[in-house]
Amino acid sequence: MRIGLFVTCLTDTLYPGTGRAVVTVLERLGQQVDFPAAQSCCGQMHFNTGYRREATPMAHGFTAAFSGYEAVVTPSASCASMVREYYPALAAEAQDPGLARAVAQIVPRTYELSVFLADVLGVTDVGAYFPHRVTYHPSCHSLRMLRVGDAPLRLLRAVRGLDLVDLPDAGSCCGFGGTFSVKNADVSAAICADKVTAVRQTGAEVLCAADNSCLMHIGGALTRQRSGVATMHLAEILACTEDAPPTSVVTGPARRRARRRAGAPG
Amino acid sequence: MTAPDTTGPDPTKPDLTGPHPGMPTYLGMPPFPVAAATAVADSQLRRNLAHATHTIREKRAGAVAELTDWQALRASAQAIKDHTLANLDSYLLRLEDNVTKAGGHVHWAQDATEANAIVTRLVRSTGADQVVKVKSMVTQETGLNEALAAEGISAVETDLAELIVQLGHDRPSHILVPAIHRNRAEIREIFHREMPDAPGDLTDDPAMLAAAARTHLRQAFLSAQVGISGANFAIADTGSLVVVESEGNGRMCVTLPRTLISVVGIEKILPSWRDLEVFLALRPRSSTAERMNPYTSTWTGITPGDGPQDFHLVLLDNGRTSALADHTGRQALRCIRCSACLNVCPVYERTGGHAYGSPYPGPIGAIISPLLRGVTSPIDASLPFASTLCGACYDVCPVESTFPRPSCTCAARSSTPSGKSIFLRNGRYSTCPPMCFARRGCSAPLSEPGPWPAVSSPGPAGSGASRRR
Repeated sequence: MRIGLFVTCLTDTLYPGTGRAVVTVLERLGQQVDFPAAQSCCGQMHFNTGYRREATPMAHGFTAAFSGYEAVVTPSASCASMVREYYPALAAEAQDPGLARAVAQIVPRTYELSVFLADVLGVTDVGAYFPHRVTYHPSCHSLRMLRVGDAPLRLLRAVRGLDLVDLPDAGSCCGFGGTFSVKNADVSAAICADKVTAVRQTGAEVLCAADNSCLMHIGGALTRQRSGVATMHLAEILACTEDAPPTSVVTGPARRRARRRAGAPG
Repeated sequence: MTAPDTTGPDPTKPDLTGPHPGMPTYLGMPPFPVAAATAVADSQLRRNLAHATHTIREKRAGAVAELTDWQALRASAQAIKDHTLANLDSYLLRLEDNVTKAGGHVHWAQDATEANAIVTRLVRSTGADQVVKVKSMVTQETGLNEALAAEGISAVETDLAELIVQLGHDRPSHILVPAIHRNRAEIREIFHREMPDAPGDLTDDPAMLAAAARTHLRQAFLSAQVGISGANFAIADTGSLVVVESEGNGRMCVTLPRTLISVVGIEKILPSWRDLEVFLALRPRSSTAERMNPYTSTWTGITPGDGPQDFHLVLLDNGRTSALADHTGRQALRCIRCSACLNVCPVYERTGGHAYGSPYPGPIGAIISPLLRGVTSPIDASLPFASTLCGACYDVCPVESTFPRPSCTCAARSSTPSGKSIFLRNGRYSTCPPMCFARRGCSAPLSEPGPWPAVSSPGPAGSGASRRR
């Protein structure tokens, strides 16, 4: 199957390792993965902030960039739900029949990674090895918009060596909410504090999710608390094998900061 | 973390400098992030709210799980509400006709000022200087108590929680549990201070507190000449009003006084009693996690020799037709004020209700307050952003399968509702009283929005024309 990787802004700019991990996992399963360089933001940030009109060109760009692929796979339930849930409404509101046709073509072929692996390819054991205690935070958009169900958990349970522990009150929001964390920082941090408490109660070494946005938010608090709990995107866990262990379970900005402090190049 | 703005009004304290000293108002509320920062810093409040909301949400989940046809009920409720809102003009006329036939009087109020003036005039004409009230959010919305006080008429809130709020010179902070932010010790202190007939040895024992309130209210019930209520539902087919409550105090308000005045938002209407059945199944489970509502009072006009002999229905617009004209925002008018969305909201759980600067807090309040009032004040402009878009509210909402989905919140963020009553703005109201709302008063409120102007590329941040952010 010819797959287009929709990498998303956050993964591209802050967590490129997640994008590489998606490619690793899909290629291990015999899939052909392309990265169409014309891709850009899906427009969720505009749409969610009230700039619905301004999100329309993003939908145009997305449908153009990914029109030739049998499947579009993304390591973000949030961005996948923007495409699947709101592109049709966006096209209708813009009264753009061309866009509506393009959206109708692309929407059923756009998948969040865990859904694509578990439900489309029908694979739960992707050959991963990760001998750590892990807890999983189901992001709001994976849970209540995409309704990915237990696809991520099925994948994690099939990882050799992985000890999956339940996260208390797992379905509650982490408080990120995109621009909410900026516009309502105090409330956002208060919500996150309870999520962090729940994560630490599990005794997990690694917090996993299908969205780097939540992981960035919760991970920020975990790092500041020097909690010893790392955050890893689902794709990065699935990419690990006996021969390719994670270089470090601390990812993203925290690792870069650590490198900077150590004098290493960013 | 930004420090709370210490120069603005303290959102946890009532504003005692408003037009009616001693009466809290919603005027001059700071934007949500500022008010919320103060609330978040209150550890006791957060602890109380976390405990209360988690308890109610778990009970609700159990009550809802008992019904196998919950989703079908939800779909029915949504369809009934949408049909009614799309034909609001004819149902309102039918309601008016049937209330009048049953001996009641119908008044049309375009906004809060007009509603308060009508009620004040009606109370004055009875010669009474005190009224008893059953918990009514719509009169909180209009500030009726303050308007009555300005005319020398005292209003006694008879819902226990609402009484606590009133005696504490406070504001309600939850739709169902207005005093959710108060603990037992605080309630005892308020009663001790503000209730002249409270026993001297009053403790914080809930039974003793309830008994003190009962004794206090009994006097008011027995002497009241005028009762003021809202309504949860109004049945167009028969002109009947319905109030659901848990204490029985509301029933005394609508049966004991000689004159009954009901102030009702125009979106509360249902076509028939068959439609009511759906809502009486959905609401108690969503609201109080009960299978059946404890007290469901209904009345139709007047019944000679039994109950109030003078009945007035004040139908209130106050921005509802403006919300109706918004093709996404109108979904918010389906709301039946069950408060299920408050109890699951991660934002409400940390901030409580006062930060929302409106009688309608929580996810629904963040949508409906700007729709009703417009986005001209800092608080109303900030409310649509008081959501993480987590969608928990959508999952528990008993009437709305598309709202309050993030899409609706986002629509509210992009719209700039005026909060003006459309039918009045068009000058139809004064010339053609009830023939107003959806079709005649507004040119095309139920039509779909027009196409957007073409946008070639997204502009830089902050270039969003002149819209408020």
